[in-house]
Amino acid sequence: MKKSGGLLIVILVLAIVGPWLSPHDYLSTNFDSIFKSPNLSDGHLFGTDDLGRDLFVRSMLGVRVTLLVAIVASLVSLIIGVTYGAVAGLIGGRVDAVMMRFVDTLYALPFIFLVILLMVAFERNFLLIFVAIGAINWLDMARIVRGQTLSLRERDFVDAARLAGAGTARIIFRHIAPNLLGIVAVYLTLTIPQAILVESFLSFLGLGIQEPQTSLGALVSVGVNQIEGASWVLLIPAALLALMLMSFNFLGDALRDFFDARQAS
Amino acid sequence: MLRYALLRLLGAIPTLLLVIVLAFLMVHAAPGGPFDAERVLPSDVAANIEAAYHIDESLARQFMRYMSGLARGDMGPSYRYRDYTVAELIGSGLPLSLQIGTLAMALALLVGVSAGSVAALKQNSMLDRIVMSFAMTGISIPVFVVAPVLVLLLAVKMHVLPAGWSGTAGAAKFVLPVVTLALPQIAYIARLTRASMIDVLGSDFIRTARAQGLGTRTLIRVHALKPAMLPVLSYMGPAIAAILTGSVVVEEVFSIPGLGQFFVRGALNRDYTLVLGIVIFYATLIISLNLVVDILYATIDPRVRRR
Repeated sequence: MKKSGGLLIVILVLAIVGPWLSPHDYLSTNFDSIFKSPNLSDGHLFGTDDLGRDLFVRSMLGVRVTLLVAIVASLVSLIIGVTYGAVAGLIGGRVDAVMMRFVDTLYALPFIFLVILLMVAFERNFLLIFVAIGAINWLDMARIVRGQTLSLRERDFVDAARLAGAGTARIIFRHIAPNLLGIVAVYLTLTIPQAILVESFLSFLGLGIQEPQTSLGALVSVGVNQIEGASWVLLIPAALLALMLMSFNFLGDALRDFFDARQAS
Repeated sequence: MLRYALLRLLGAIPTLLLVIVLAFLMVHAAPGGPFDAERVLPSDVAANIEAAYHIDESLARQFMRYMSGLARGDMGPSYRYRDYTVAELIGSGLPLSLQIGTLAMALALLVGVSAGSVAALKQNSMLDRIVMSFAMTGISIPVFVVAPVLVLLLAVKMHVLPAGWSGTAGAAKFVLPVVTLALPQIAYIARLTRASMIDVLGSDFIRTARAQGLGTRTLIRVHALKPAMLPVLSYMGPAIAAILTGSVVVEEVFSIPGLGQFFVRGALNRDYTLVLGIVIFYATLIISLNLVVDILYATIDPRVRRR
């Protein structure tokens, strides 16, 4: 848990600070230094790509974009999921049954293909990617929050608050919401890698982030074509993406175990 | 049982309809027509084209026309591949994709279940830890990273397997695509099998069987495997969807002329009818295979039927 958290912080700091420290920028092409392998002497730490652009700065930009999309998309799914789940759990009864039946139906939809369709039909912009990915990932969050709300609703401290004269809004925000925080944080950590996966999948296919902007998925897809001559163009962004995904997954798993253990005791 | 199957079938129909309506609306809400090009067409030519593809009609009429076509297996003409219908294109790409997908699923089940069972039997051993950390890695790393890295290692550097598709003969060209597609599913299935096997091995009926003097081998084969496989069986639905999504990437990386490649090409060329057709086809496939899995589950575990 500490290792993956630490690794994530290192990557994050590098992504924020790295491009400032490098003498190169992500845009300038230089046809005299195409496919330079990684070296220290001319400042191309990760080498250069097919247009002579510095791969270190581009990779760090990719990390930034990938993380930004993932975090914003996860927040979108958080807002939809928590609201939906909390409302269903609190109202309960028939409304809850209908709302959850709707979630079940959505589960069966092959969302990723609908997102691709959305990307084909409309201009590919950042906003659409956020919304599309957020719209996929809220289902799990809604289910978990609903389950948690259902059990919280029956707890003694809620009755006590009600007896003390607290209104519904006060009960939601002062008594139920704080108790949801832990589990929501855990599932947010697990939603981020899923959002990263969707974004990089779209960008890999050429349907996500467009040039000259870039993301890790887009960088990997450039690297695939350079596999014979310049393998670092593939390996560096691929390794960054893999490390980030693994760290988030390990972190989320560890947090979940920690949370489960605390709840059991 | 028949009642359960019928109920599930009735439940699947609205889902499928929802997909079709959503997909249809998305394509038709797209700004700009499918034939907008840099060169502006003379107005009568544009009108003729629009009439030929029925895009001058109202949305409702177009939808009715599309639905009645779908019922007959007709998804209209492709906008970009001239002289081909969408159904013909799907028919030409499907056999290869189906072959690779089925092989990948079989491999995933075989390796995943064996690895998971072994890990469960030797819980907390070195072997268990190796299997589980491999599984975590496999779950985390996406297909579009695994595919090119494997090509780099095994084809470009070591020359043991062919990197591409065309120009290579024999079964060797299937190895990399199938393995790549199967790896993440092996990881998931191994984790699931391990967890549920540990669960089952700790239950009373296993202890009784062991007390009767049964050997581990017989114990697993006769008593533990079937109940331990239930979670794996219910994961088959998501697994099928994941393999379909993965096949799009794998076909792109290995240049396999399958359905996934038509899908990506169609998406990049804005071939609306082709992309719409393939999305609907994929959705139908996923939903009906999910249905099969559910019914299979209910035949094995009768408790599900009575709910």
